[in-house]
Amino acid sequence: MEEAVVLKNITKRFPGIVANDRVNLQIQKGEIHAIVGENGAGKSTLMKILAGLYQPDEGEIYIFGKKEKIASPNKAIELKIGMVHQHFMLIDRFTVLENIILGAEKKKGIAIDKKTCRQTIKKLLDLYNFNLDLDAKLEDISVGHAQRVEIIKVLYRGADILVLDEPTAVLAPQEVDELFVNLRRLKEEGKTIIFISHKLDEVLNIADNITVLRRGKAVGTVSADSVTKEELAKMMVGKPVLMKLDKAAAEKSDVKLSLHNIVMKGNGGKNSLNGVSLEVCGGEIYGIVGVEGNGQKELAEAVIGLRQDYQGDIKVCGKPIHGLSIKQIRDSGVAFIPEDRHRQGLVLPMKVWENSILGFHRKDKFKKGMFINIKKAEEFTLNNVKEFSIMISSIHQEIEGLSGGNQQKVILSRELSQEPEVILAAQPTRGLDIGAMEFVHRQLLQKRQEGKAILLISADLEEVLSLSDRIGVIFDGEIVAEFAPEEKTLEDIGVYMLGAHRKAGESA
Amino acid sequence: MLTAELLASSLRMAVPILLTAIGAVYTERSGIVNIGLEGMMIVGSFWASVGAYFYGPFVGILFAMLAGAFLALIHSVTTVTFGVNQVVSGVALNILAYGASRFLSLVIFGKATTSHHVSGFSPIDVPILSDIPFLKLLFTDISPIVITALILVPISKYIIDNTVFGLRLRAVGENPLAADTLGINVFAMRYAGVIISGMLAGMAGAYLTMEHTGMYVEGMTQGKGYIAMAAMIFGNWTPTGTLWASLLFGFAEALSLRAGEGSIIPYQFIKMIPYLLTLAVLTGIVKKATPPAASGEPYDRSIG
Ligand SMILES: Nc1ncnc2c1ncn2[C@@H]1O[C@H](COP(=O)(O)OP(=O)(O)O)[C@@H](O)[C@H]1O
Ligand SMILES: [Mg+2]
Repeated sequence: MEEAVVLKNITKRFPGIVANDRVNLQIQKGEIHAIVGENGAGKSTLMKILAGLYQPDEGEIYIFGKKEKIASPNKAIELKIGMVHQHFMLIDRFTVLENIILGAEKKKGIAIDKKTCRQTIKKLLDLYNFNLDLDAKLEDISVGHAQRVEIIKVLYRGADILVLDEPTAVLAPQEVDELFVNLRRLKEEGKTIIFISHKLDEVLNIADNITVLRRGKAVGTVSADSVTKEELAKMMVGKPVLMKLDKAAAEKSDVKLSLHNIVMKGNGGKNSLNGVSLEVCGGEIYGIVGVEGNGQKELAEAVIGLRQDYQGDIKVCGKPIHGLSIKQIRDSGVAFIPEDRHRQGLVLPMKVWENSILGFHRKDKFKKGMFINIKKAEEFTLNNVKEFSIMISSIHQEIEGLSGGNQQKVILSRELSQEPEVILAAQPTRGLDIGAMEFVHRQLLQKRQEGKAILLISADLEEVLSLSDRIGVIFDGEIVAEFAPEEKTLEDIGVYMLGAHRKAGESA
Repeated sequence: MLTAELLASSLRMAVPILLTAIGAVYTERSGIVNIGLEGMMIVGSFWASVGAYFYGPFVGILFAMLAGAFLALIHSVTTVTFGVNQVVSGVALNILAYGASRFLSLVIFGKATTSHHVSGFSPIDVPILSDIPFLKLLFTDISPIVITALILVPISKYIIDNTVFGLRLRAVGENPLAADTLGINVFAMRYAGVIISGMLAGMAGAYLTMEHTGMYVEGMTQGKGYIAMAAMIFGNWTPTGTLWASLLFGFAEALSLRAGEGSIIPYQFIKMIPYLLTLAVLTGIVKKATPPAASGEPYDRSIG
């Protein structure tokens, strides 16, 4: 069988890190080849090399048997390699059509020949049985459709080798199924597909062969029929992994956080929160799932007081907090683990110890008159570093230099050490490797044991299912369903996440 | 009083703003904020006097556009290639333009603040339009630059909305990383956008010198470069919107000239109208404005 892509000893270094370390990879024509690895394993870097965005420091690339140097994205397109990036490369304010043709426009004089472009795209849509409204603005279509735009964009350029970087990360379960149907259809038409993921179930479902990356090295290629999930996980992490969390029963106490009918205006006349009500008791983890952009971010910002422009009541331990400053809300016992730790959780150029007391620096224990009591702050930090086993060279190191997992541990140690009653955790494990993820999960479960109320917002369905006592599905700024994790299947939850239950109800 | 004469005066006042504001649409749509438009108008007004004085109006306008383009090239190098803060670069260019024009004026004309008298294009009548009674005053005896400015509106609209160049220009202003992955040269597109704005601002300067005053006078742009930016924002980053906004500003200026005589409101206050309008626009009385998503952000592939 012909080999579509062969990588030989590809090495790529970034300052202070070898992202790809002598990686060898062989991909057959017409197969779906998965590349799995933890966050930071070097998957995206390897694929960006293939797409001409990065240049390898060493190594050789063969495309359909010919040695090639992929010096630019244009060259990759010439070689019929197309990449669907982890973060979509789309323009919100353009129409679907404009997004597809951009950079490969068919011309009539200096003008774009939209008619011919449209015909070409229509043919592709028919061939692969895709469904897309070409005149819709991108900002108005769903994530699943946006991804289809990306795929068509690549096909429109005549790609034979498709690279999809974590395409399922943003999709609801049904959309994943649809994507897989589409991918199989592409495979039937003879396309070669490279599929990046760190979700093992999916990979085992869709791929023919699987290559595992660990810390920049390719540790092996296996056929999907001949390997189990446990074996793959072990290859990925380098040691056996516990796939199940053990969650002890916890004593449920009174309501510590309650939201009543929260309404918040969003962009373009639509409400970003549309009457959210929920209650979280002490000793309970309440998980919120939903497709990103359905109000999760706004919900978190309302609770911590970053946004005050809402109607409705939020109460912490029975006391209303609407109108209080963020400091007052935090003082009343709310801890916040923000979704974007670089923008909200940390001040990157500041030192580890400074970040460790950030926001609490006005507390008496860290003060000496009008100055910060540096000795106390350092002691406090050192204590945290030990307790949370944070890997650093010194507490005087700038926090930028830490890995994502260790940065998250600093936030966690800071927030949890202030004895909060309510913990608001937004995407607490995003971008973390399996080890750090386990750590965060154990911390949250421990706080639950201690009787704290935890509101967990996460895009990771499995995480929410395994941690939560109760789950609320958010769609269009509303909690559209609430249930215990064992009550519903993944498919049921997906229906709610997409709002499909509502459409079904309307048409009936 | 809303007479045809007042309208004609509004149009004349609007033209330098309109030309510069159309230029501003190009640069902003490519994602580069160009505060230096004021400076580009200044060098345009000065070099127009040089070109027109020695070689006639065509060379005057050519010099003006080249001078504006040269300043714009500097802005591109600093902001696009080196990622310098776009506002800082623009402000520096404004100061440079002011000083350089003063210096060169002294060298060339022997006077720091004015040039010799120069003559512009001969005025023309617009066929058809000048025969319509009400529009007669508006379209007889007007400068060819006025016509050019008005024609540039639909042309620019067509270019930005319908051509390959326009699509790519908008793409780098909205999401440069996405454009880059599609093989579009982000830097080249942004250079083009900025340089077009410099040429048009230069032309606007030439209009002031050759068609309006008949000579270069230091400070003659009177902040019209900033007003043009306000007009572009008011016009929601589109050529057509910019036309209406520029006419509004032109009207305010014409009004302030007219109301000056014999009015009970002190002359100085009336003079303030266009600037107050600018302030109001820029401080966000206009809420619906939607700037290009990547406006003002330098692009660097490794960061993106
Ligand atoms: N542009 C860059 N500059 C510096 N380091 C980078 C850059 N891109 C990726 N890295 C680093 O390279 C490693 C591999 O990253 P990446 O390829 O994105 O991993 P994956 O896609 O498997 O999660 C990470 O440690 C990441 O921090
Ligand atoms: Mg990645």
